[in-house]
Amino acid sequence: MALLSRRTDLPFERDDSSRYLPWLTAFMVFLASLTLAGVFALSDLASTWDKGLSETLTVQLPAGEDERTDERRAAAAIKILEAAEGVEEVTLLPPRQVRDLLKPWLGAAADASRLPLPQIIDVEIDRDGIPALATLTEQLRRAVPGAAVDDHGAWMSGFLRALRSAEAIGVLIFLLVGVATAGTIVFTTRAGLGVHREVIEVMHLTGAHDRYIAAQFAVRSMMLGLRGAAMGISSAAMVLIALGVLVEFQGFGVLPGVDLSLGAWIAVVLLLPATGLLAWLTARITVLRSLARMV
Amino acid sequence: MDEIVRFQTVGLRYGMGPEVLQDLSFTLTPGSFHFLTGESGAGKSSLMRLMYLAKKPTRGSVSLFGRDIASLRHDDYPTLRRRIGVVFQEFRLLSHQTAFDNVALPLRVSGMREKEIKKHVEELLTWVGLEENMAAWPETLSGGQQQRVAIARAVIAQPRLLLADEPTGNVDDRIAARLLHLFEELNRLGTTVVIATHNKSLISSSLHPIMHLDGGRLSIEDRESEPAATVETLPRLGRL
Repeated sequence: MALLSRRTDLPFERDDSSRYLPWLTAFMVFLASLTLAGVFALSDLASTWDKGLSETLTVQLPAGEDERTDERRAAAAIKILEAAEGVEEVTLLPPRQVRDLLKPWLGAAADASRLPLPQIIDVEIDRDGIPALATLTEQLRRAVPGAAVDDHGAWMSGFLRALRSAEAIGVLIFLLVGVATAGTIVFTTRAGLGVHREVIEVMHLTGAHDRYIAAQFAVRSMMLGLRGAAMGISSAAMVLIALGVLVEFQGFGVLPGVDLSLGAWIAVVLLLPATGLLAWLTARITVLRSLARMV
Repeated sequence: MDEIVRFQTVGLRYGMGPEVLQDLSFTLTPGSFHFLTGESGAGKSSLMRLMYLAKKPTRGSVSLFGRDIASLRHDDYPTLRRRIGVVFQEFRLLSHQTAFDNVALPLRVSGMREKEIKKHVEELLTWVGLEENMAAWPETLSGGQQQRVAIARAVIAQPRLLLADEPTGNVDDRIAARLLHLFEELNRLGTTVVIATHNKSLISSSLHPIMHLDGGRLSIEDRESEPAATVETLPRLGRL
């Protein structure tokens, strides 16, 4: 495969211009790997929350004057919900659980038995057959005045929008890192063309096509890029694993851990051939464009 | 095609400077042999550069092998250059490559297989008496040996036009005479040869026509009719 041949007519080993290319590439790929992992983590988080919450409804019934009223209202609401199309499971949360949910806001006062608490019904719905919410709410309100149905849509949409924005910023940073890497390769390749100008002229005069010369620069650039990418990906993998362990032990409350999906790890590993290809292609195009201006 | 090189009212200037070559018109036919003479600065190297496609004329027309170079696309140059062998005054050997690899370069760039390259290069280096120096780096070779490597590189691809710019500038008269013999051998095989030189004894040792440059203008002195080009087996040359 001539395009990937490592035999070269150019004295690259005497070329200082590309000495730091692997290190620069390693740094760029390190950043790209972390950014990519972040994008995947955000995407997974958004999908999990989106899926989890879009399959549930919460029905809130106002507290009655006494327990019997509460029971009657709950039974009426459950009956309506179970009869509704698209509803899979209806669960009335026990008062103890409702108090636990309120504890972060009310503190010890939530335990006070005299505190009137609303009744909460957790409803699991079929994603493919979501019930007509407006109709269901109307039915519930007729049976239980003051009943409220929360499909989490309002706050979920804001939360998901924030996650998607963060994802988009991550993708933008990833692309910028790619452009910066390509820019570094262009600069290094041009410096190399200057260093090897004499040899290139002799090659031209002996009948070398620009493609022949460009292939040698491209292979050299690809090898350096692969070396740098391997260093960058290894470093990023160590950081991600360390971060995962740290989160596992420390815990960050509502935020999930940083266990990356298999897809995320595959994407990070794919940065290796992607960097090699970017280096090969960038160097090749740079050389061909520069040599096209020579006689 | 009966013209290797054709110049018609060619002029050349560098940047905004004066014309270093003015109104050059001449034709080189297949199998011809010319010396190119002139004082330093007369334009010999510039004329050679035009002929080996390192420069384009500022005006006039240059044709090589029947093709006007003004009409060439960038991709056409390598094809034409492979028909031209150039021996530079300063050799321009690649210092990071062995004598073998230097000579192999024109074959490699043309895509020949390594097995074939090895056969041809070994044969030619043996022919020029460098069979013991194939793996030597240029800097370890004498001036005469480097000269022969440069000549071998120029002729390995069997060019139809051989251009040698001051090929005897760094060697004594004895070696210069042997180099001339080598060029004449190649000429007998059908290669058109142009040798740019200051060496008067080299010129006087043969009757080849002289292209003389003076102040950028060319005159041709036809000393005697050219010997007919004949094809014969390359003889082994003595050591230079």
